[in-house]
Amino acid sequence: MLCDVCRERDATVTLTHAVKGEVNVLHLCQGCAAERGIETSVTTPLKNMIADYLPAVQAQAVAAQVESIRCSFCSMSLGDFREAGRLGCASCYTTFDQSLRALLRRVHGNARHVGRQYEAPPPDLMREVTVLGELRDRLRRAISQEEFEEAAMLRDKIRGLE
Amino acid sequence: MFDLSLLPDAGLGWLDASGEQSDIVLSTRVRLARNVEGYAFTGRSREGERIRILSQVRDAVPTVPSLANGVLVRVDELDTDDRRILHERHVISRELAGLESSSGARGGAAVYVGEGVGVMINEEDHLRLQAVRSGFALEPALAAILRLDEELGRRVPYSYHREYGFLTACPTNTGTGMRASVLIHLPGLVLTKEIPKVLVGLQQMGLTYRGLYGEGSEVLGSFFQISNQTTLGRSEEELVDHLANVVRHVIQREQEARRVLWRDAGYIIEDKLWRAYGTLRFARSLTFDEAMSLLSGVRLAAGLQLVQGLSVYTLNKLLIFSQPAHLAAAEGGGGRELTEAETDIARARFVRQTLADEVGPIQ
Repeated sequence: MLCDVCRERDATVTLTHAVKGEVNVLHLCQGCAAERGIETSVTTPLKNMIADYLPAVQAQAVAAQVESIRCSFCSMSLGDFREAGRLGCASCYTTFDQSLRALLRRVHGNARHVGRQYEAPPPDLMREVTVLGELRDRLRRAISQEEFEEAAMLRDKIRGLE
Repeated sequence: MFDLSLLPDAGLGWLDASGEQSDIVLSTRVRLARNVEGYAFTGRSREGERIRILSQVRDAVPTVPSLANGVLVRVDELDTDDRRILHERHVISRELAGLESSSGARGGAAVYVGEGVGVMINEEDHLRLQAVRSGFALEPALAAILRLDEELGRRVPYSYHREYGFLTACPTNTGTGMRASVLIHLPGLVLTKEIPKVLVGLQQMGLTYRGLYGEGSEVLGSFFQISNQTTLGRSEEELVDHLANVVRHVIQREQEARRVLWRDAGYIIEDKLWRAYGTLRFARSLTFDEAMSLLSGVRLAAGLQLVQGLSVYTLNKLLIFSQPAHLAAAEGGGGRELTEAETDIARARFVRQTLADEVGPIQ
């Protein structure tokens, strides 16, 4: 039987596939099968070797994947961490949670904080601090440039906020 | 030259030997590592970010009573001599002083020096809060640092994780971020050769030890810094209580060792200590290691009340002021570095003068 695709070479591969409930059967030569990504040169003993080999490759691929994960905030990878011994940012704790949890357990014998609890200041207070900071910066600049009217205005504003 | 007298107690309040057990425990220190939310940790930060962190802290300080009368020192604007001096006074760490890097202190490196408390900014972590007390005073130091932390944390948002606690650049500090340590003088245990057993015991109890200048520094003159090893899984109070109990036990063993030495080998000890004192009074050149070792002996002599008129305070001062940067400053400074030989000569002269002033002429 000739290959259904090239109609030149003998078909050696039968490809059966179902599309929307319809079954198609294709008879392909080795070349056309390879073009469709169908492996045809596999012999039985090799298959066994691959069966043994695949999990190892997969594990390595997973490890490489873990190694190559980068923190979305500071772009640190586990490899970088291993080299520097320091994490890049607070988000690294989430990105590398699994590895870090094991490390924290090993280092501290525990991975759960039982010390002081903390709640970050409410955003409006933060904004006030930022605004105050900004005003103080402008005041410093105004004084250094001897713009005293501007400085007096800024000083009153700061007093008001404080 | 930076004017050290601007700092509260010139950064040396912890030396005054006013605290409990100050003949054995020089000082107590508790530090908390904190990072400011929204920025990469210092090792991965840009200069602009570090400057923003610095101004965020600066803006918060007026609302932090613990830092009232505190002085802000821009470490990154100091020359090498001044950074060395602040490090020798234990005001800043080696890392913040930039003494390990050829490019000096990193941009944005600064320290707030308050009374008994301080905050290093842009150290390995964005903030390193520390409280220092003279003598053995873990509880007061902890109370002071927790108060400062509470006041500052109300205005500066820290990186905090529900499960892991305070997040730090190095996972060995995660959790409480707390390292409590006592600087302790154990010549009795060194002379009776009991010290290895004590040090192994410390490690088995989850504690660790270092030399006078913290991580990586060698043990000189029988001075040890004992501190908690772990920071996660126990509360600040538990960690400090545990350390205090072990240190109390070590103090007892040191006192016992001194009694045994005095009882069984009194004349040998007496001879050894007087020789150390004699060398310090007459030597014309002293290396730092030798000075530390002799000062250690004389400190023990003061503890045993052998030398009249010699205060622990004087000995504490000698430890600090006989370091290279302090000697260079005393010799006129001016940016010129002393050679090793000049430093050793200056050290011997300084020690001789101080002892003559404080103790009076040799009888």
